[in-house]
Amino acid sequence: MVEFSVWDIFRNLLLAARWTVVLSLIAFVGGGIVGLLLLVARLSRLRGMNTLVGGYVQLFQGTPLLMQLFLAYFGLALFGIKTSAWVAASVALTLYTSAFLTEIWRGCVAAIPKGQWEAGQSLALSFRELLQHVVVPQAIKIAIPPTVGFLVQVVKGTALASVIGFIELTKAGTMITNATFKPFVVYSCVALLYFALCFPISLYAKTLEKKINANRQ
Amino acid sequence: MRVELDFIAVLSQWPLLAKGVLWTVGLTVISAVMGVVAGVAFAWARSHGAPWLKWGVGTYVELIRNTPFIVQLFFVFFGLPAAGVKLSPEVASIIAMVINLSAYATEIIRAGIDATPKGQIEAAMSLALNRMQTFVRVVLPPALRKVWPSLVSQIIIVMLGSAVCGQISTEELSYAANLIQSRNFRAFEAYIVATLVYLTLAVGVRQLLNWLGPRFLFGR
Repeated sequence: MVEFSVWDIFRNLLLAARWTVVLSLIAFVGGGIVGLLLLVARLSRLRGMNTLVGGYVQLFQGTPLLMQLFLAYFGLALFGIKTSAWVAASVALTLYTSAFLTEIWRGCVAAIPKGQWEAGQSLALSFRELLQHVVVPQAIKIAIPPTVGFLVQVVKGTALASVIGFIELTKAGTMITNATFKPFVVYSCVALLYFALCFPISLYAKTLEKKINANRQ
Repeated sequence: MRVELDFIAVLSQWPLLAKGVLWTVGLTVISAVMGVVAGVAFAWARSHGAPWLKWGVGTYVELIRNTPFIVQLFFVFFGLPAAGVKLSPEVASIIAMVINLSAYATEIIRAGIDATPKGQIEAAMSLALNRMQTFVRVVLPPALRKVWPSLVSQIIIVMLGSAVCGQISTEELSYAANLIQSRNFRAFEAYIVATLVYLTLAVGVRQLLNWLGPRFLFGR
């Protein structure tokens, strides 16, 4: 029987961790773009948009991410799209992320005083100009800390992609466990790697938040 | 192309779904009670405890909050037996859920405790209440009231997270959906039904807890 050292285990997990990072980035960037579109749709005051986006957010926040992943995996196949774990995981995590980000950003926009909107409108700015020159520059400042904080949730969310067969950190952990029969060591290393990814982001989000609060006082 | 959906094939297996719902709700209730109680104890330790205790709880909270629930679950279910602790899937699920919720609850409740005006504590002291009485009767109720909405949200997140417990064959709702689709190959329909049940549960549990909290936990 082959003996595996802790370094063997750790090195292979480290190699798998890059797919966790890649998937997180896809979900975060994709979710950011979709979330932004949803936010604009919501702010445009088109009829029914507010309810529609609200329903979308409730749907994704009120159901397990695991179910969303399964639905993407089996649903896309049902509509004749050839799905790989890559596609399904990217789609599901992007939609999941977009729902949370759009809700976070809506809160940030809502925090901007109504007078700012009115002042913009009285200067005859168009909707696009109003967003571009008045609302977004102010909202973005307060939006950054919670957005960075949510990135941690995205990284942790990618762990569920292991269940539909996407080979990232958690799936690699399961596979290595099956080869080495050392679940305690392997899952400790997996947890440690997630911690190494997430903790710096958490700390950074906290620092940003403190900075904003200090500026406000 | 035409997509044919057959929900009857899934809904006819309702006893399995019902059993899954009971497990999901049961796991949630048990871990919510234990998790919040542990959260209160840890929050106390973090704001009033000895320095080493503060550090210990702080490390615990950060470790749990910065690792995925599924890894915590696998660690408890697969990792601990290697260290000599054998657990059934259900017990492992509950332990992982309690650990997860308690870490988040600690942070949430601590925020409420920190917001207590100093004058109230001084007033309690001047009435000769001891530290325990001050904490339980003066500090905790308003703190819980303040953070109750966040705490309810976190309990719901843990309930939705419990879908992962099916992966270690705890027979909760997602496990039931999995079982049904393995019998009739109606995977999409089975997961749609399970997802809608989760959505209903999430809405219902939020309403219920918002109603229960003020009546039984911290007074109106």
